[in-house]
Formats: sequence, C-alpha cells, structure tokens
Amino acid sequence: MKIKAQIAMVMNLDKCIGCHTCSVTCKNTWTNRPGTEYMWFNNVETRPGPGYPQAWEDQDHYRGGWMLNRQGQLELRSGNALSRLANIFYNPDLPTVDDYYEPWTYDYENLIHSPHRKHQPVARPRSLLTGKRMDKPVWGPNWDDDLAGGKEIAPRDPNLRGIEDQVAFAYEQAFMMYLPRICEHCLNPSCVAACPSGAMYKRDEDGIVLVDQEACRGWRFCMTACPYKKVYFNWNTHKAEKCNFCFPRIESGLPTVCSETCVGRIRYLGPVFYDADRVKEAAAVTDVRELYPSQLSVFLNPHDPEVIHAAREAGISEAWIEGAQQSPVYKMAVEWGVALPLHPEYRTLPMVWYVPPLSPMVNLLQNEAELSAQGYITTVDEMRIPVSYLASILTAGDESVIRKVLLRLVAMRVSMRSKQLHGPIDDVLLQEAGITQVQVEEMARLFGVAKYAERFVIPTGNRNGDRNLAYTQGACSLEEIAPPEGVLPPVQRDK
Amino acid sequence: MTQFLWGAFPYLALSVMGVGTLYRLVLRPVTWSAKSSEWLEKRWLRWGSLLFHWGLLFVIGGHVMGLLIPMAWYQAAGIPTEVYHLVADMIGGLAGLVTWLGSLILLVRRVGNRRVRANSSFADFLALGLLFVTITLGDMETIGYNNIVGPYEYRATVGPWARELLTLHVNPNLMVHVPIILQIHILFAFLVFAVSPFTRLVHVWSFPVRYPWRAPMQYRSRTRYLERRAARREDVPVTGTPETRRGD
Repeated sequence: MKIKAQIAMVMNLDKCIGCHTCSVTCKNTWTNRPGTEYMWFNNVETRPGPGYPQAWEDQDHYRGGWMLNRQGQLELRSGNALSRLANIFYNPDLPTVDDYYEPWTYDYENLIHSPHRKHQPVARPRSLLTGKRMDKPVWGPNWDDDLAGGKEIAPRDPNLRGIEDQVAFAYEQAFMMYLPRICEHCLNPSCVAACPSGAMYKRDEDGIVLVDQEACRGWRFCMTACPYKKVYFNWNTHKAEKCNFCFPRIESGLPTVCSETCVGRIRYLGPVFYDADRVKEAAAVTDVRELYPSQLSVFLNPHDPEVIHAAREAGISEAWIEGAQQSPVYKMAVEWGVALPLHPEYRTLPMVWYVPPLSPMVNLLQNEAELSAQGYITTVDEMRIPVSYLASILTAGDESVIRKVLLRLVAMRVSMRSKQLHGPIDDVLLQEAGITQVQVEEMARLFGVAKYAERFVIPTGNRNGDRNLAYTQGACSLEEIAPPEGVLPPVQRDK
Repeated sequence: MTQFLWGAFPYLALSVMGVGTLYRLVLRPVTWSAKSSEWLEKRWLRWGSLLFHWGLLFVIGGHVMGLLIPMAWYQAAGIPTEVYHLVADMIGGLAGLVTWLGSLILLVRRVGNRRVRANSSFADFLALGLLFVTITLGDMETIGYNNIVGPYEYRATVGPWARELLTLHVNPNLMVHVPIILQIHILFAFLVFAVSPFTRLVHVWSFPVRYPWRAPMQYRSRTRYLERRAARREDVPVTGTPETRRGD
C-alpha cells in the first residue's frame, strides 16, 4: 500500500443555480491576462448542450482519456508514446480556438469619445486574437446558457446519443441542469501521462495536478489527452495552463475561489486517502460500468487503524489524518455513496464528484400529502431529467446507480419532511434506498445547513521544507513575485 | 575576406548559438517553447508543418552523409562518384523540394492568415524567412546547378572544410572556389544557427527523446521541489532576517 492524500471536491448539482459566480471569480483570479481570455478554469454548462469546448465529450473526435488496447492494457486514446511522437509536427486531434470561441472585447471608448450624433453610439465587438473588428461573434462563453438556442443547439450534446427518443425539447417537456466544471485533478491523469516534457505532475501532498511553466515546451499533447478539455493553450506564452485548484489557498487551509464564492454553497472540499499502488489496476477494469466501484475501492478508510498507521509512516501529518476523517467528500462519495465521478469511462479516476440533481418534484407529486413511502420510489423513474441522461454523464450508463442515489436523496427529503410534520415515517423508503435514519440526518445537515468549517475541511500544507518563513510571511504567496530584497518599510519608501 | 567568411564567421555564429542557447535555457526557461500556432489555424499548418519537418529530417540526414562522411569512405565502400551524385540528386532533390514547399506554405500562412500574423513576432518572421532563403539556395544548388552546370564535387571542398571546422582546424582556402550559390547557402545556414537561440528554433533541442521510456505518472513533492529549487538558485536563504542574508 502506497498511501497518498488528495484534496477532492464534491458539487451538489441539486443546489446549483447556474449563476456563474464561480466562473467569474475564478477568471478574475487566474485568467485575466493576455493569452488566457478564452480560458475558463471553471465554467458552468447548461445541459443538455454541447458544453465548452463544444462537444468536449465526443472522444471519437477529440480522442481524450484512456482506453484499453487490444492486449487489455491502459493506453491513451490518442495513441501510444511512439505514435504520438510521430504526430509531434501536427497533432490531428488538437482542438482549435474556434472549438472554444474567439475571445473578444468591445470598443467601449466609442461610447465616451463619440461626437454628438443623431443616433446613440455603439460599442462594436473587437477580436482579442487579431485586434480587428468582428462582424458578429458566432460563439462565446455560455452561448447556449439556459438552453438558449433550444432545439438548434442542445441536441449537439454527445450524451444524447442513443437516448434521443427519451428527450424532448418541446417547452412543456424540456429539462435542463447545470454542470459546473473544473479540472478533475484525476488519480490517473491522462494529461500527465501525455506530457512529453515531463512538465505536468501530480503533487504528492495534495494530489493537485500542475504544469511546470519552466519545463513546458508547448507540445500540446496534454490538451488532446485530457478528456475533460481542461488543459488550455496560452496563445501569448505558448504554454499549457490549467486549473491549479487555487493551490496557494489550499496550502493555507482556504477553499478554492470557486468554492469560497459559490452562492448556492454547492461545493465541498476535503482530503481523501488513496492507495497509489492500486490506481492503475482500478483504471484498467474491463467493464466501464465497473470503473465507479473500482475507483471507490482505491480510497482508504481514514478510520481504519491500519490506514492511520500507514499514513503516519508516509509522513502524513495528524492534521491531515483528522481532516480525512471529517472530510465531507469521503462521507458523500464513499460512506453515503451519493456523489459520483464525472464520466468514469474516461478511466482517469477524476476527483471532482457530483451529487446528481433531483429534478423538481412539485409538479410530479400532485398528491404528496397522501403519498405513501412506496409511492415515492416510482417517482424517481418519472423525473423530468431522464435517469439515462444522468447515467451517461456520471456512471458510464449504469442507471441503477443513479436510481439508487436519487432514491437516497428522495428518502432524505421525505424523511426530514415527515419528521418535521408528523414524526418518523415507516422504514420502507429508507430500506429501499439502503440508508439509515442516522445517515439521513447527517446528510441533511451537510447538504442543507452545514457551515463553512464543515463544508471545507482543508488541513494546511506541510511547511517544514520551506525556507525562511519569516521572510515570506506577508509577501505574495506566488513565489518569484516578491522582490528578493523584500518589501521596503513605508518610511524608506517615502525617501 | 576569405579568412573572415570561412574562418571566423562560422565560429562566431556557432558561439552565438551556443552561448545564446545556454543563456535562454538557464535564465529564460519560461520563454522556451515550440511556439505552436496550430491552436489558431490547423488546415494549412497540417500540410506546411508536415512537409517542412519531415522533409527537413531527410535533408539533415543528407547533409550528414554529404559533409561529415569523408569521400574516401564512399570510395572504400565501392560507391562510384556517378552513383553517389545520382542518388544525392534524386533523394536529396526530392527532400529539398518537399522541405521548400513546406516552408513556402508556412510562410504564406504566417503572412496571409490574420490570426497567425497578428500573433507572430519579428523573431518568427526572421527564423522562417532565413530558413526559406537557405532552403531555396540549397535547392537551387542541388536541383539547379547540379543538373545544369553538372554535379559539383562538394565532398572534396565543403566536406573537408566542415569537418575541419568541427575539429577546430579550419582551412578557409578550401571554400574559395566553391560555387557562389553554395557559398551564400552556407553563409545563410550559419546565420540561421546564430539567430536560433533568440527564436522559436530552440524547440529543436527539446525534442522529447526520453519520453517513451519515462514513467507515465509523474509525482512531485512540493517540499522537495522547493528545496531543490532553492539549492539551485540560492536566492532564497534558509533562515534569518534580511540583514543576515548573504549576497547583498
């Protein structure tokens, strides 16, 4: 057993209101520089829809992630090392800027400096790539927000393949959900494996996947290899950039910016222990539907004395062990089994997990007052968001897992509701959902009323190896930016 | 003049290349990149880049065969001069033509495509322009001169000159009677070497040869990384206040 720790995230899609606050605060923090205008380390997609970049889930086109080769071994979908090196002069699977969108701004000055005219001045769009006027932008961030474009755009969602007959876009039957996405900081990251320069790496301490900007040579294999299309090309520095999980904040025990600013408080952060020796084996199971359970089996129980012992042996601090025991991520993903990985079939073992949304039930349940517990069980199959659609996104098509999770969420709601109204209900629903009353109440607390410290359990980074902490205290946490001579005291600066 | 052009200038160019490349690798690693523009445009790049790069690999191979392998070796192997020149003319000419076509497509694309042009620096145009001129001159020599005037036995002049250049015993007089096209071709080639560290051409040195043998998963410890970097740069002292730090 080779125990490693990772800070992982869970997003409760039931509570996402699609406000894009996470995207905007992330952008203001990390990607507001030339060359990064089109990058959204965090973006929120309306589903069904093609997403960002368009149809990123279409791996026949982009060839991201892993697959099993003829010998049954893990291999990048974009080919083995030699075949990819043979494509180094031209990467046939690389997305271009138009798959994302051409970034643009507006001629805002025109609004201020325009001479007096009969008509109001306008601010016309101007490309940030060429500096030239754009006649009209044809695609942009969240172009299809809230199903804008409807029947024209939404059916381009690759997840709708094979279930077209179950999905209607007529107004009365349409459904939608939000899918906020960041880098998955996978246990088996295909971008790291694809990087020919060895510039991408996964950190031992917290599992964050980063790009070494000094080592990156701009070969762009990572962009192709990442099935989530979350490694971007900075056209100004000609290097790869990606979500860094706000590592300076995580090291200081603070949540990522997207989590911190989330209006719906849908995000949870916490450490998870996993066995690095079992990662490859878990990613190589034959049946894609077995990938979700096999990833669960890689996680280690932080309450197990053997695991605690191994963690101490590996130099993991007590704070991290405690954190792993209180981790909301471990509870949701492993103990309660209500959070699911995004597209486990890509075999990257992603570490940002999702609680599937419970479609609005109000319309469905006209007679909720008289409904028996048994009555709720059938409603799961009749919800507005088809179970098959969620299964295509979260369980490689296994609908039974989605049904079980939705049932647990329904059971939690019904159980807490009846507790408020007329005492505990009969156990049929809980038994069917496979959870206990105690778990239901814990879940309800974490999902509903949990405070900051319960949602974000982030032990601070180990600082033992750092040099001169006294000096760096108060300096910018981004190394290199602080001048070597330190910050001058105000008196000297005035002279 | 002969002394300068064929004695001093090549060393000057190679020195600039060596020192410049090291400077950039050590002190400006963040700027070291293949500087791909495929993300901006990939339809033209597909043809331009593939023709240029694969052609160039064959061209480099041909130069090794023609310049670094002494004529005596070919004679010892029993390859007649006529056969050598026929093969060099056919294969070398074809590779040269492919490379030239690739560089022409790349040049047209860089000038003609709005997105690519807007994101090109002076160094990009310089590198591509110099390469284009060098390749054109090389093709003129291989395809034009050899077939119109007759095969030129560069293995008796340029070859020994190049080898002696590399072993630091240069004899500039070997180059005096070389055809003028070939002379200019060689001078431009050294110009390319000289400017290479300051352009995108540095990506040649980072071709990932070790990649196929590397472990696919790369783990790094933050703690160990910081220690290694501090040891390398020594600008962040281990302990102490600004007053007690060394070096300032």
